[in-house]
Amino acid sequence: MANQSIAGAGVAGLFGGRVQDGDRAVRARLVLVLLVVVLAAAMLFSLTSGASDASAFAVIRDWIFGAAPGDAADARARIIVQDIRLPRVLMGVLVGAALAVSGAVMQGLFRNPLADPGLIGISAGAGLGAVSVIVLGATALAPLVMLLGTMALPLAAFVGGLCATLILYGIATRQGRTSVATMLLAGIALAALAMALTGVLVYMADDRQLRDLTFWQLGSLAGATWQKIGTAGPVIVAALAATPFLAGGLNALALGEATAGHLGIPVQRLKYTAIVSVSAAVGAAVAVSGGIGFVGIVVPHVLRLAIGPDNRYLLPASGLLGAALLLLADALCRTVVAPAELPIGIVTAAVGGPFFLWILLRKRGIVDL
Amino acid sequence: MIEARGVSVSMGRRRIVAGVDFVARPGEVTAIVGPNGSGKTTLLKALTGELACEGRIRLNGRDLSAMKPAEAAGLRAVLPQATSLAFPFTVREIVRLGLLGGRTGALAGESERLPERALARVDLDGFAGRFYQELSGGEQQRVQLARVLCQVWAPVLEGAPRYLLLDEPVSSLDIRHQLAVMDIARDFARRGGGVVAVLHDLNLTAMYADQVAVMHRGRLTAYGAPAAVLVDSVLERVFDCRLRVGALPPAGAPFFLPQSASV
Repeated sequence: MANQSIAGAGVAGLFGGRVQDGDRAVRARLVLVLLVVVLAAAMLFSLTSGASDASAFAVIRDWIFGAAPGDAADARARIIVQDIRLPRVLMGVLVGAALAVSGAVMQGLFRNPLADPGLIGISAGAGLGAVSVIVLGATALAPLVMLLGTMALPLAAFVGGLCATLILYGIATRQGRTSVATMLLAGIALAALAMALTGVLVYMADDRQLRDLTFWQLGSLAGATWQKIGTAGPVIVAALAATPFLAGGLNALALGEATAGHLGIPVQRLKYTAIVSVSAAVGAAVAVSGGIGFVGIVVPHVLRLAIGPDNRYLLPASGLLGAALLLLADALCRTVVAPAELPIGIVTAAVGGPFFLWILLRKRGIVDL
Repeated sequence: MIEARGVSVSMGRRRIVAGVDFVARPGEVTAIVGPNGSGKTTLLKALTGELACEGRIRLNGRDLSAMKPAEAAGLRAVLPQATSLAFPFTVREIVRLGLLGGRTGALAGESERLPERALARVDLDGFAGRFYQELSGGEQQRVQLARVLCQVWAPVLEGAPRYLLLDEPVSSLDIRHQLAVMDIARDFARRGGGVVAVLHDLNLTAMYADQVAVMHRGRLTAYGAPAAVLVDSVLERVFDCRLRVGALPPAGAPFFLPQSASV
């Protein structure tokens, strides 16, 4: 605590403000600024690194100053940077932010730091929705695909994620109290059920569909195209734009549903908004990148250690850090075994799994089984 | 005024509160007493709107069920028995949640200092930077009281009295802080607000309450001034044991009453 106030005072000096004991707002704002810089650096790094030696700097220079004749980046480099790397970077940002913010919102909603869309079956539900469209799109779901076009896939993923969340909330919450043990166990059961149904669909799939499906299993940003960003991007942006309005309510919810209500929070509306935006964000993220796990647990937890649990800062900070981390993980995947690629889900699970266990061991009380 | 007419609450098939008529007036401390399981807390939860109930509850003449959460929050603040947290908030961050509704009634510019003043009021000066989860049960209880005080800092706002609803506010406190907290409640009432408190300590009830509501098996069996209600016949029946009001122990045995203490 002594440490904390000293750090706080230093930061306050920097901003010329007055820091009060126990007020972590100044530090949180500083961390937000820092994270913006980190994310920008990660985007630049991601854009400039890859299996090919195409110079992103030349392409970026051309974007800014216009292509100087004779000096312009060659066409191949431009295609690699503009149509392969750039959509991938943007998708990494969108997906990383969606997963991390969704994790933070779920944790606020369930009042537990272990809630995560991947862990409790929301991603699995969204995956089931997406796989249904891929496999049954030409047959049983053909009218839906005709009607919605390219929006069918993210929409189906959203509906799958929403169903999983609603069922889970219904099972785990009795009279306004959410049982964590029930939540985790029901989440595991729901995820298993969704995986089983997904398995049936995979079994039914033909060769071409199977190729589409492979990347769901592990999660990857490799399939990024401008078209996918066009469909998933608006959904994720809209869902994330709703979350700042949840921040105050989620803070109050930390005191319990009844007390949040007494403080004037419309608790039911808060819960539904949170569930719908998480389902939308996770659904869209899963639709374009498959099941990338643990981002939603690791990112908010690290940030809570740094800036505290105030959701007004935690939610935007989670978005920034989630995006930056996923970009770095993706850059790692692209370069470690180049020219081949590692699925990014392997990297996030390899880091996130031990991290999850570490939280669990440090705070066994959270699960109170 | 808080007015309840024919309020009943059932959980499953069990009827926990049955047909209670109850009033709490501004300017008064109204205590709810009764044995364990008599429906005190359930009645309070019905008054806060937390539990659905039959009958009618009105807050300053308006139906509670027709109010939005934010409107009700501007008229009354609620202290629960105990509050546990999932995340490591500091004391200041918890107390500041009381400012969320934005109707503290504090003067402009005073708002920023309110958490400090509320903490000083509950004798937790200098605790703002501590982590809530590291405090003792009694300290946590007082932090919550500071949060509640922030929410309705002015007992009267725009001519309308506001209310504190306290569920066993002194249950985990030492004697000094029991008195301090009851002083806060009485002061809130003296300045025009209303206080409803579920209490177990009959001595504190006698000392601080203006009106006493006695619950017994889900019904309101007595209501009135302490001198009229806290009498042998009522208490013996309700608490199901033999007792005498105002009797001294045999000479030489130490005993203690809050009436003889002061902060």
